[in-house]
Order: sequence, then structure tokens, then C-alpha cells
Amino acid sequence: IIKYFGSIPRRVKIVEVGPRDGLQNEKTIVPAETKIRLIDMLSDSGLSVIEATSFVSPKWVPQMADQMEVMKGIRRKPGVSYPVLTPNLKGFQAAVEAGASEVAIFGAASELFSKKNINCSVEESLQRFEQVMVAAKAAGVPVRGYVSCVLGCPYEGKVAPAKVAKVAKRLYSMGCYEISLGDTIGVGTPGGMSEMLEAVSKVVPVGALAVHCHDTYGQALANILVALQMGVSVVDSSVGGLGGCPYAQGASGNVATEDVVYMLHGLGIQTGVDLPKLMDAGAFICHSLNRRTSSKVSQATHCKL
Amino acid sequence: MHLCEFTYAYSTNTNCFKKNNNIGQYLFVCHLVLPFLHHPKGTFTISEQFETQGQTFSVLIISRVSPGSTSERNHTSDSSVFLEVGLGSRSCFKQNDPLISFQSLGAHEYPEFVKIVEVGPRDGLQNEKEIVPTEVKVQLIDRLSDTGLSVIEATSFVSSKWVPQMADHTEVLQGIRKSPNVRYPVLTPNMHGFQNALAAGATEVAVFGSASETFSRKNINCSIDESMLRFEEVLNAAKDQQIPVRGYVSCALGCPHEGPIDPSKVTEVAKRLYEMGCYEVSLGDTVGVGTPGSMAAMLRSVTREVPCRALAVHCHDTYGQALANILTALQMGVCVVDSAVAGLGGCPYAQGSSGNVSTEDVLYMLHGMGIQTGVDLSKMIAVGDFICHSLNRKTNSRVAQARGSQL
Repeated sequence: IIKYFGSIPRRVKIVEVGPRDGLQNEKTIVPAETKIRLIDMLSDSGLSVIEATSFVSPKWVPQMADQMEVMKGIRRKPGVSYPVLTPNLKGFQAAVEAGASEVAIFGAASELFSKKNINCSVEESLQRFEQVMVAAKAAGVPVRGYVSCVLGCPYEGKVAPAKVAKVAKRLYSMGCYEISLGDTIGVGTPGGMSEMLEAVSKVVPVGALAVHCHDTYGQALANILVALQMGVSVVDSSVGGLGGCPYAQGASGNVATEDVVYMLHGLGIQTGVDLPKLMDAGAFICHSLNRRTSSKVSQATHCKL
Repeated sequence: MHLCEFTYAYSTNTNCFKKNNNIGQYLFVCHLVLPFLHHPKGTFTISEQFETQGQTFSVLIISRVSPGSTSERNHTSDSSVFLEVGLGSRSCFKQNDPLISFQSLGAHEYPEFVKIVEVGPRDGLQNEKEIVPTEVKVQLIDRLSDTGLSVIEATSFVSSKWVPQMADHTEVLQGIRKSPNVRYPVLTPNMHGFQNALAAGATEVAVFGSASETFSRKNINCSIDESMLRFEEVLNAAKDQQIPVRGYVSCALGCPHEGPIDPSKVTEVAKRLYEMGCYEVSLGDTVGVGTPGSMAAMLRSVTREVPCRALAVHCHDTYGQALANILTALQMGVCVVDSAVAGLGGCPYAQGSSGNVSTEDVLYMLHGMGIQTGVDLSKMIAVGDFICHSLNRKTNSRVAQARGSQL
């Protein structure tokens, strides 16, 4: 008998975005030493990809102003990759100088979001990225592409799957080794997720796709499950569910890595992650931020049974 | 599993299989997509057998149809077998002559309608630290009655010694406005409770069994078998009075004392309750430890003995797994979901943790998937605001949190 979840991957790669996407969207700014300690703890939890920081101008993202210091201060564990965000050529050059060996670029499936977020059209942003791609190829640096607003935009509302596919295809053809599809405001539901993935997987191989689900409406794990059922085997998440939603004050943002790992392990999927060590890292950063974890698994585990 | 033999031609321009009356050349495209085998490369067995008159294939398939879905499977005899491919309205069958079309990759079959059983006033309030006055309970239920819900679990006729939060059961049941389109079941652990419930005007009741011996002993002070005997008494009395009874099975995906629970045990208890006369059996992940894998394994076992249409899932969100587990249940044909407004009710086994899944979050998912519930999400959010305000606590619903903030 073919098992019910026959098409679910046996292994899933977790891309930990807490130190970047998480901390970037927290009200409290933490000092470089805290960021470094967090990343080092995450390195010891079995994760293979930890997004370390962002080479965006500190004028726009003050939380990431200590990008150089963090990059140089972290202990690089062999076998672990520490990608950094680079919005343009200038950021790329600074990243390489700071020792980055992998970078990421951020496109949008929504024109309005692109204009409001990075002050240019989707097409203009893709042209900037081409410059980064050329430099990255020359330097032998792999590049990951992000597409935001794949299941909805805070300004435009609904986003057509065809548009997502178009941007994803462009990033992939430019040379990005992986495309992370982000439900930026967490409005997606399993129906929309499968529809969008269907459109994208026609133009980008499913093995090169990742999902980056936000839990603002509590839908993240259900959306991730559907993505797994469609063959996606890379999931972005943030320790402790760090990073609120900048578009809905007080609402949650990133899905918690602990909760994702709990589900994956429960499904018999290998991740390489040691959940107790991961929870330790989560406890550490929440303590530093003086906030409660957003991870339900952490909340439950720390209670008396 | 069905082994089908048939003669078909695949037409590339209409993307469908048609029964081939002509002997001719045709292609068989090797990615027949089944609801849960939609890996792009396709993974199933085909063996070809060639005959002089046309070509026949043997295809090993697993077909699964949800009751209430728009496609139905027709088995007549072995000589007329059907290949079921595709989902929902894009697949259809005629006796002996199916016309099959591909559904898009990645689609699942889901029920068109899901009934929500709102347990906030009972399971929710029972597990809140604050005891809520009768008027507030009544107001809560009255407001819920206006949201479009068709079932609202109102209270519990358990001894107030054990569950002080439900001590005002009679006043609550007599105080609420009974909406004509809504049912108000109440919990009745034994004959005594049942008689009190009846006297107070109850028209539907529920009994609570467990798949775990230890949990049964610790929770209701008797073994599973002893509890079943008590319930049989209630069921018999209920039958006489024509009162429908709903059965609950707790610890369906794990027990706080025993750990993992064997699906066969859940099946045993569920079957017993169903055969006793419960019209519906709600399978509860009491400590929220379940994941889609254990949910699927448990449901596979239970659905062999209890029809899907008589099943409900009652998922706790203690480990954040509830919506993923509910989605899995829907994919397997379950179409009744228990939830609590605002995610009321913490977990009594993990202090400070969450318990029930929020009705608002469930509705958001279902509506987003095009599944109807009859419930108005905005009204539900407003009721959640009311009860959280009365309890002086924050909502557990992510949807309410998001909607309640400035966008």
C-alpha cells in the first residue's frame, strides 16, 4: 500500500532566518555580541543554513547596522552556510569584503510592494540584481533569490500566481540556485499555496524551491504541509518565531523553527536539527529581547507536565 | 487498491482519456495524477498487456473519495472497473464508460462544507483559570448563536465538585436564547448527569471516553470498559427520549501519562461509541502532541470501522500543530471540526500553554480554501473580543490578533 504521504520529501532543509528576518523586525535592537552568540548557538543545533545579516544601508534597517561586526565575529562551523542579504552591487561588495560566501537577493511579486519597499519597480529591481549576479558568478558566490508577496500583498491584495511564476523564473534563469517564495503578510491558505506552487513549479524545478511562510493568521504550518506534499523540501523559519509583522502591529510574523521541526520530525522527515538545542537558542534570544517566545512548542515544553 | 483493465486512448489536445473504440495508436502518458501522488515524476505501477483488439492496460491505483465531494466512485462488478483520476468537478463517471480528465497537480480533495462544533463555552471556559459568572456565559452563547454556527456546546452536567467552572449548568442552559437553527449539546458523564440535563431542557448530550487507560482512570476514576458501561446506560436512556448523543475519544494522538497511543486502541473505543448509538464521534488530540503523520495513521485506522461522515476532529494547539492536523483530517474525508472561539481553554497538562484551536483561525483557513461553514468570521472575531475582555485575557487567535491591529 502506498503510504498516504507518499510524495512528501524524506529530508527537508531548514533555512534559519531568525538572525536576519527575525531580528530585523523586532522592536528591540540587540547588540552585535548578542547576535553573534545567537548565531553560534544556532550553528550548534544542527542547522545547515543560517541567514546571518543584511548588507542594506543602516539608514533603512538600523537593526542590521552592525553587519560587518557580526559577519566577522561569528564562528563559521564547517558544513554550515551563512548567507547575507545584498540589495545591490554596493551591498554585495561590502558583503564579500566582510567575508560572506553566499548572498541573497529580494524580489517582489507585487509592483506596489516593490515601489514602497525598495523604491523601484519589479523590473528595475531585477536589473539591479543582474549586476549582483554577474559579480557573484565572477566571485564564485552562490545566490539565493526571494520572492515576496507570493500569496498576497498588503497594498495590492490578491497576487496572481502567474506573476509569482514570472519573477521566480527570472531569478532562477539569472542564476539563483534556489528561490524562496514568501507569504510576506501570512494571508495565504492551503488552497492558495498549492495554486501558486503549481504555477511556479511549471517554470522552476520544485527541487529549487523553498517556502517562507509567515504565521500572522496562524496558517503557516498548514501552508508548509501542503508545500511538502507538492514536493518542496526547503523551509524557511525563525527561531522562537522572531520578527513581528511590520504590516500588522502586534501580530506575529515568521513561523517558529521549533514548531516546524516538531511537525517535520513527527512526520518522520529528517532535518538534522537537534530540537532541544534549538529551543535553547530560542530561549537565549527571547531572554535578550525580553519577550515571550512565539513558538508553541517552546511554550509547551517549558511547562510542567 | 483497485486493479483496472481498460482500453483507452489519450488525447493530447483535450488532455483526457477517452474510451477508444477504434484500434489505433495512442500514447499513454506516464504521469497519471492521483490526489496524493502528485509528485511531478509520477510514481505508480503500470503493466501493459496487449491484445489483438486494441490495447489494454492494467493500472494499479489507489482511489479515495471523500463523502460529499462532487466525484463519486461507482463499482458495479469486476468487469466494469473505473479509473478514478482527478478531483472535484473535473472528474466525472458514467457507468462503464468513464471520461477522465486530469486535474491539476497538487490539488487535494476537500469537503465542500465543514461543520464547526463550537466548544468554547464548555471545553474553553472549563479550562480557564477565571471562573466566569453565569450572565457572561449566557451572553457568550447568545452571541455565538448569531454567528451562523449550528452547534454550540453549552455546558457540562458534571459534579461541581470536580468542575466548579460548570457549576451553573442548569442556569446556563435555561438562561440562553435557543436559536432555532442551533443545537446546544451538553456533557453528561453518567445517568445522574443525563437526568439533570434532561430536567434542565437539554435536547442533545455528549459522552467522553478515552483511548488511554491511565487517562481514563486519572480523569474520570474508572477504566475504559467501566466508562463504556456507564455510557451505555446513558445511550439507552437517550434513545428512549430520542436525544442524540455525541461521543468523544480523548488522547487520540497521545496521552500525557502513557505517551503515544496505538491507533487500534482509538479505533476500538470509537467503534464502541458508534455502535452504542453515538451519531458522531469526535477524536480529540487532548494534549496537542499530534502531527499530520500521527493524525493520518490514526484516521486510517478509525475509518476502517467508523464511517468518515460520522467522525470529527478535536485538535489542541498546544504544540502549534492544530491547523496542519485539521488539514490532514480534511484531506482524509473528515468534515466536522471542533474549535473554541478565541482559542479559549489552556492545557491543564502544560501550565501556561495553549489548548483548543481558535475557531477564528480554523474559519480563516477553511474559507480561504473555498470550504463553506455558514459561519461569519467577522462576527466570530467580535464574540472573541467580548469573551476575552470579560476574562481579562488576550485572545489566542492569530487571526483576531492580526485583524485587531492596524494594517
